Amino acid sequence: MTKNIICVACPMGCGITVELNDSGEVLSVTGNTCKRGDAYARTECTNPVRSLTTTVKVDGGIHPVVPCKSADALPKGKIIECAQALRNIEIKAPVRIGDVLCSNILGTGVDIVATNHCPEG
Amino acid sequence: MLNYDIVVVGGGPAGMAAAIKAKECGVDSILVLERAETLGGILEQCIHTGFGLHYFGEELSGPEYADRFIQQIAEKNIEYKTDTMVLEVTADNKVYAVNSTDGLLEIQAKAVILAMGCRERPRGALNTPGTRCAGVMTAGTAQKYVNIDGYMPGKKVVILGSGDIGLIMARRMTLEGAEVKLVCELMPYSSGLTRNIVQCLDDYGIPLELSCTVIRIHGNERLEGVTVAKVDENRRPIKGTEKFIECDTLLLSVGLIPENELTREAGIALDPVTSGAVVDESRQTTQPGVFACGNVLHVHDLVDYVTLESYSAGEGAAKYVLGTAPAKKYITTKGVGGVRYIVPQKVNLNAGEDVKLYFRVGRVYKGASVVVKYNGYEIMRRKRPRLAPGEMENVVLKESELQKFAEGGLVEISVEE
Repeated sequence: MTKNIICVACPMGCGITVELNDSGEVLSVTGNTCKRGDAYARTECTNPVRSLTTTVKVDGGIHPVVPCKSADALPKGKIIECAQALRNIEIKAPVRIGDVLCSNILGTGVDIVATNHCPEG
Repeated sequence: MLNYDIVVVGGGPAGMAAAIKAKECGVDSILVLERAETLGGILEQCIHTGFGLHYFGEELSGPEYADRFIQQIAEKNIEYKTDTMVLEVTADNKVYAVNSTDGLLEIQAKAVILAMGCRERPRGALNTPGTRCAGVMTAGTAQKYVNIDGYMPGKKVVILGSGDIGLIMARRMTLEGAEVKLVCELMPYSSGLTRNIVQCLDDYGIPLELSCTVIRIHGNERLEGVTVAKVDENRRPIKGTEKFIECDTLLLSVGLIPENELTREAGIALDPVTSGAVVDESRQTTQPGVFACGNVLHVHDLVDYVTLESYSAGEGAAKYVLGTAPAKKYITTKGVGGVRYIVPQKVNLNAGEDVKLYFRVGRVYKGASVVVKYNGYEIMRRKRPRLAPGEMENVVLKESELQKFAEGGLVEISVEE
């Protein structure tokens, strides 16, 4: 079986063709222009993952929210659930860039970290 | 009156990079003027990742990318003023600005770097018929509401235009619990990056309809719905294809326009295609000592390229101030046969280094060649698997090549299928 996917590892958006055998193992990856593309294609066909960026509420900061991201990629199927969970937490200002806002989100082993400063306001 | 060697108008990625480079080139007296409350520009609200892959070799969010430059501004002791609006740049490089602590500022600069960025095309630029109800806004406005103010502007969303900001906001609104019913695009192709269509729409099952537009906006106080229709090859709505979609929010992602009011008032020549200034390879405009870089010059797809371009402008401005700029001996550049524009529009043969020409094509090409000609003679031909209007391309004119050209020559770039 062959799968045609578009790489999202960077803004290039390479079209990649992956050949899989009947048990879903990757036989070959073609069309990618870098190593990241090869890795993306392999996980996309076996265990698709995405990184999550969203915001978390801040109490007493210069803005009501601070942006954050998952420190590592999360299972694609859990993205919406994780975003929902993050809508329900609130952090106290000040927040520094890189602060862990939520550790091991939904048991995935992945931390959510702040991507900007939010000083007290 | 204040005196500075270089005044930078705008403290976003372009302005910060230009100021940092100028300082590194030996100019100490620099002032950055920023309209918003913090440095960082539009990156502050672009919380998604994808920034910095070319320049830093890692994937950062907008605020993280901005923070690297904000840190350098602090480390290099570069002066800046936030909450400060520049009102005018004069023909003798005087800058007038205003803020609530200093009042009116009159600053004599030796060089000025214009880095005001761009603005989104608003509803008024589209002439879409219908009522003037609440709930119609640009995608970037919604992005600020959600990502900075922590406020959701609606629950049922239609997005007109498939530019990157529209695609990013389709995902963002979905993650915050809204239902994005449709993204419609007037053109037969999306102007956004392919990867954004995959990871912002396909991942969440959001439909994208091409050759489709909003033909009517309905609602009294608040938006109640939009009528969309398919369009023909002349972008005219096709009768019988109209469809009503119930929604409370319409986001517009229909293009960006460089914000050049200051440039225009200063009498600096603008390129009608880019809507930005006409510049040389150091990003100097037609007014001596005035430079422009970033989205105010032409709309970029990647901030990494804004940073690189702004380093050129910062270096150019520094050399101008220090009196080390090379004598001018220009050739002009011109996009023909499928190439809409080229930046820079002129190149100094005494540049003393390789010069990158950035350009955009007018439509999607597969397996076409980019052809560079000097005074009608082909000097370079490069095969490209894919060319698209949404993806900026470049070719390099080698310094050794420039040596062979004569003042007044013409370099043309075209696409051949």
